[in-house]
Amino acid sequence: MAQPKASVITDKMRAEIGVESEPITFEVDKTACRMFARAVGYTDPIYFDEQYAKSKGYRSIPAPVGFLGHPTYDPNGPQRLGGYFRTDTPFKRILNGGTDIEYFDTVCAGDVLTATSKLVDLSERESRLGPMLITVTESTYRNQDGKLVARARGTGIQY
Amino acid sequence: MMAQLYFEDISEGQEVTTLSQHCDSQRLVYWAAGSGDFYQIHYDKDFAQRTGLPDRIVHGALKHALLGRMLHEWVGAEGSVKRVACQYRGMDMVDKDVICKGAITGKRSENGENLVDLEIWTETPEGQKTTPGTATVALPSRS
Repeated sequence: MAQPKASVITDKMRAEIGVESEPITFEVDKTACRMFARAVGYTDPIYFDEQYAKSKGYRSIPAPVGFLGHPTYDPNGPQRLGGYFRTDTPFKRILNGGTDIEYFDTVCAGDVLTATSKLVDLSERESRLGPMLITVTESTYRNQDGKLVARARGTGIQY
Repeated sequence: MMAQLYFEDISEGQEVTTLSQHCDSQRLVYWAAGSGDFYQIHYDKDFAQRTGLPDRIVHGALKHALLGRMLHEWVGAEGSVKRVACQYRGMDMVDKDVICKGAITGKRSENGENLVDLEIWTETPEGQKTTPGTATVALPSRS
């Protein structure tokens, strides 16, 4: 009789579910909005021409769908694989499993967003690549006025 | 510019205007720079092959953003994209088109907004659905 395989999910990992991270600051700037829009192939001038965007009622160039600013890069800080999931796992590889972003208000260049994130779900499954750990993290973004602007859920697959 | 789409004009089952985006290595490098995701499997062929992949693969989040662009272009200047959710079930290889599609699954009015729910997905040129998902957009009303 084969023994059931031991779970890769430890009590330490489970204890992280629901624990809010320290806030992380994301700056949304004009060049970054344009670069993101260019990468996605947008041609709508609202993403490139600030005067045009203002004529359409935006405060500045809006952030395209999927762009919530960049965190400040710190070469002396920890370099992590896989975003916000902090507990050490036995896996070396990670795949992006999915993205779900819900917007509550417009994000524009000049905004400074503050996000906190938490692990909301942990599961595991066997695949042809071996055991996989599936994590779902939820990040809540507020702007400089404290207004909730977006909620993002990301699925990570570690194997 | 496309004519503005209105809430009254759409019905369940109606399809979103398809968006096709060729994703060559330059596109993936634009995306790396634009998104800040510099994982080498997306632009370094040797690196990708050392991890067991046949070649470089399109970033999942780029496919999410392309689905967002499809919806942005479809809803017009007076519409807005409220939610885009998708799962990366299959890989899309470099140098191919990512074909974004969608269909309306329902419409509702909530808190003064005219909301449209959709099923969205991306397909490979061979017709394989690699990125299924759901979305919600808001449209203006004629009244």
